[in-house]
Amino acid sequence: MTDASLVVTDLRVEFSGFVAVGGVSFDAHPGEVRFLIGPNGAGKTTCIDAITGLTKGTGSARLGDTELLGRPVHKIVRLGVGRTFQTASVFDELTVLQNLDIAAGLHRSSVSLLRARRGVDRSIEQALEETGLAGEPATPAGILSHGQKQWLEIAMLLVQDAKVLLLDEPVAGMSHDERTATGELLQRIAARRIVLVVEHDMDFMRRFATRVTVLHQGRVLSQGTVAEVQADPQVQEVYLGTAGAATTAAMAVVLERED
Amino acid sequence: MTKKPWISLGGIGVFAVLLLAVAPLVLTDHWLNNLGKYCCWAIAAVGIGLAWGRGGMLVMGQGVFFALGAYAMAMHLTLETAGDRVPGFMVLYDPLAPLPMFWEPFRSAGFTLAAIVGLPVVVAGALGYALFKRRVKGAYFAILTQALAVALAVLISSTIRETGGDTGLSDFKYFFGFVLNDPANRLMVYLIAAALLIVCLLAVWQFYRSRFGELLVATRDAEERVRFLGYDPANVKLVAFVVSALMASIGGAMFVPIVGIITPAEIGAAASILMIAGVALGGRASLFGPALGAIAVGWGQSSLGSTWPDGWPYILGLLFIVVILFLPNGLSSLPARFAAARRKPDVPPTPVIAAAELEEVRS
Repeated sequence: MTDASLVVTDLRVEFSGFVAVGGVSFDAHPGEVRFLIGPNGAGKTTCIDAITGLTKGTGSARLGDTELLGRPVHKIVRLGVGRTFQTASVFDELTVLQNLDIAAGLHRSSVSLLRARRGVDRSIEQALEETGLAGEPATPAGILSHGQKQWLEIAMLLVQDAKVLLLDEPVAGMSHDERTATGELLQRIAARRIVLVVEHDMDFMRRFATRVTVLHQGRVLSQGTVAEVQADPQVQEVYLGTAGAATTAAMAVVLERED
Repeated sequence: MTKKPWISLGGIGVFAVLLLAVAPLVLTDHWLNNLGKYCCWAIAAVGIGLAWGRGGMLVMGQGVFFALGAYAMAMHLTLETAGDRVPGFMVLYDPLAPLPMFWEPFRSAGFTLAAIVGLPVVVAGALGYALFKRRVKGAYFAILTQALAVALAVLISSTIRETGGDTGLSDFKYFFGFVLNDPANRLMVYLIAAALLIVCLLAVWQFYRSRFGELLVATRDAEERVRFLGYDPANVKLVAFVVSALMASIGGAMFVPIVGIITPAEIGAAASILMIAGVALGGRASLFGPALGAIAVGWGQSSLGSTWPDGWPYILGLLFIVVILFLPNGLSSLPARFAAARRKPDVPPTPVIAAAELEEVRS
């Protein structure tokens, strides 16, 4: 697909004086499942908001040679940056197929919008297969299970041919099996695209992350592989409260209990 | 939604036969003329159904666009009636008054027809662009459009020398060369209005089954989400708004030869709300609801409104409240409700229109 990487440099977001993100830098490449973790209020979602143009940020977020910051939301999407939300936000009244068809529509001409849909695009069929929704094209999205809605969102990103998938807590509220299925799906997708996951679920992170960035109070606390991050005393301090009591073993226990 | 497009098309066909063939045979001239008037309101209502029902834009000032079409038509018919002279009402105040500059082009039939189509497109396009790009929506949008209708009505009232003021424009004798008093010509005017209503229904039928129709519903329900699919929702809404304005203008233009008079009262706040009332009553998101609702309200207006003028506003108001409270999707949602109630007697059907406010859940 693409060799371009997402490179975020010194990203800052302020809300009327309050620094939500204070100079965060990280990068993500195709072929890895990149995780962004941190306690509540660490600024994970705000980072994604800034990259996708939803909130104003300063600094730099580049996809390949293209600067993303400062562009309107829909233009950033057209550059190939797609995202999901914490709360699944599919169009409840439309069917799975219609949802996907709308997502696939951004590469269509405006005139073709005035015609009715005939047949199903190849890319939509593939996305249905890939996300395990092949049996549900005519189901109204509103009556899908919570997990299926999240998969539908991922499928929508696939049909819009996003180069970068920014996923905000994709497995929240999912059963264990659904989490495993989602993780495997993300690993498959990541082979050809950039996948960046914001997550609270430490077990899910440990099983599927290639590289992790830990945020704390709007700053990067630690960065590296899962093992490296877990061994970082600073990370242990944040998650345990006191540095002295922190041991790698205790950290592991706490992380185990997180979900 | 668009599950059974061909059945809907058949419905339009039946509707066309009723309006174009049956009605002229069974109705008296008086009632046929009234039905023509309802058709004009129904044309505007079909547009409101598109903008409000499918697009979620509560257009409370369609009177503005109704007025653009109506006054363009009325000015042409007034000039046609006056011939080479200046229209009568103008010389009433000043015997030597010249024809105002902006009246002059309306002598041309071609310009008038172009203005009926072009004016609402330009005005709604500019207004919609400014509003939607700034993300004005909801109640603010509704109040703004309503205020424009009031402002235009006041403007026309206060420019009596140029527009006829509160007395409006009336006493048209000719309609593009046809004598309006002739019953055959009146039938022709009715048939044009009814045919235009059918054309508008066909247009929204195609809109609703097209990808644009799906996109419009998606924009209505989750505007922010649509933005994240790479569309600018402002453009989607703009198209629906402009089309609805165009339909209101066409309805206004046909209203003039059928009713024979246009005054600020026909385009102001009350008139604009009456157009909305018909749409809400019939079912704003359905294909036929707006048109049938507008015809029903129009009929109530002329029958009950004339026999019991004091009571009619209360009946209309009560009907409006009952529909909004118990049938938010209008009378056209009744069959679906009955069907749902029969299938699952214990589960109450949920209202279809429930906007997922993405802005609120985003943290």
